[in-house]
Amino acid sequence: MIPVEAYLVVSTLLFFIGVYGFLVRKNLIGILMAVELILNAVNINFVVFNRFLYPDHLEGYIYSLFVIVVAAAETAIAISIIINVYRKLKDVRVDSINELKN
Amino acid sequence: MDLDYSQFLSMSHEVSLVVVLIVLLLADLLIKNKKAFQYLAIAAFALHTVAGFYSYTDLAGDAFAGMYVSGAAQSFVKNILNVGTLIVFFFSFEWNNNENKSGVGEFFFLTLSTLIGMYFMVSAGDFLFFYIGLETASIPMAALVAMNKKGTEGAEAAAKYILTASFSSGVMLFGISLIYGACGSLYFDEVQAAFTNITALHIFALVCFIAGVGFKISLVPFHFWTADTYQGAPTGITAYLSVISKGAAVFAFMCILYKAFANEPDVWQNILWWLIVITITIGNLFAIRQKNLKRFLAFSSISQAGYIMLGVFASSQTGMSSTIYYILIYMFTNLAAFGIISAIENKTGKVGMDDYNGLYSTNPKLAFAMTLAMFSLGGIPPFAGFFSKFFIFAAVAEHGDYLLVFLALLNTIISLYYYLLVVKAMFINKSDSPIETIKIDAMSRVALLVCVVAILVIGFISSIYMNIYEISFGFAN
Repeated sequence: MIPVEAYLVVSTLLFFIGVYGFLVRKNLIGILMAVELILNAVNINFVVFNRFLYPDHLEGYIYSLFVIVVAAAETAIAISIIINVYRKLKDVRVDSINELKN
Repeated sequence: MDLDYSQFLSMSHEVSLVVVLIVLLLADLLIKNKKAFQYLAIAAFALHTVAGFYSYTDLAGDAFAGMYVSGAAQSFVKNILNVGTLIVFFFSFEWNNNENKSGVGEFFFLTLSTLIGMYFMVSAGDFLFFYIGLETASIPMAALVAMNKKGTEGAEAAAKYILTASFSSGVMLFGISLIYGACGSLYFDEVQAAFTNITALHIFALVCFIAGVGFKISLVPFHFWTADTYQGAPTGITAYLSVISKGAAVFAFMCILYKAFANEPDVWQNILWWLIVITITIGNLFAIRQKNLKRFLAFSSISQAGYIMLGVFASSQTGMSSTIYYILIYMFTNLAAFGIISAIENKTGKVGMDDYNGLYSTNPKLAFAMTLAMFSLGGIPPFAGFFSKFFIFAAVAEHGDYLLVFLALLNTIISLYYYLLVVKAMFINKSDSPIETIKIDAMSRVALLVCVVAILVIGFISSIYMNIYEISFGFAN
């Protein structure tokens, strides 16, 4: 059987890849994808903890379901806002959205 | 298993707000006249606000097996949020009539959706419920920020807001998942019992959690979205973001720290200590160099968030009551400032600090109200802001951390400098073309009057603080 640590290594790597991606990506869609990686890392964590450490109740599973649903709503809004940005600026790179400055 | 429907009685705030939401949703289909719809919406919400005051004493209890907790403190905070939202609606009346091209119905529906999310956050007894409330409060908020259709500013502000919001909730969720792994439960009281024998895992989980919530309260170093979003959003929404949304998040954060992490206060108090010091300092230093008043108030609200967190840091009954009191007074004060800015922006489109030069000669009443708001934000006696700062400092001193009180006091002096810059611009600086004499609409005038009266008298009515003190709780154990 695969030990629980292996799963946690995967989820932690995924989390930090997501954080790295959020910080260095220059494209708004890319940033959004990085955030999705973070949320998936969270889901893996919840499911793994529930399955291996606390198998007699369902809290972790239910939480991961909620995370999936909320992430879908969040992505829908984020994509529509990014489309809005694209319509105004014809560009979705971070460098080009810099109008709000002192 | 049968559902016990009587538990919904303890959710009276939420139920009544949902009724208001449904009524507005239907009314939006039927009433095409913007003004008529706004009167209806404001009247319905005002009714809900009044009902909230009458129901709050005998409500205590929980629902959904302890996921939802309601008590006197929670009800009081919800009432504060209600009053603040009502004032924001009054200030936005003119903007909704003239500028809002995206639909007035959407404005009210989205705002009240975020409000119900904040109710859930405030009443959470479990991390799942807290998370749902937080997301319900922040996802519609992104749509509200984007409501300004003119120019690219609204879209840019909203993009920055939604991306940082989802990133921060991702980081917070990672923390929560580790807390779940370490403690085996998500209920605050069960986490409290299990959160002992600190290991690196506990600390990392706590750091992730605090970082995630820190984004929502815009503590430094998680504050980078704040100024841009505040500047690009419609001014009414900026006011809502800076006061209502922040107040709810602070209270919910405080409840979690006091309930779930009460067994190991040293760990998070250490983190908070540093966060508070840099938040107040950086917020102040950046506020000095701002030329746009909305950005200026954004940085001022960052440093105010640091002051609010002082009460959370104190971690006692006094700490909690002084935090709620600070939120109450900060709400009236900041809303007054934003109301004036929004009224002037609606009429003339000017938000620069230089545009306010000589405001006293043309609009003495507005200049006077703005002065009161700035004095209160700076904490000059006898205005309300002085009393809120006094109680917060007293709470920290009672906790025994005199160094922190000293640093905060030092920063108060810095903040006086930039708050008085606005006053100086209005009263002393000469201008060739000051803002012409404007007549603000009746709704804004009423709301402004309420705010000004609150700033002047609320500090002297000591029974308010005593009431808050009685309903507050310290550590849950």
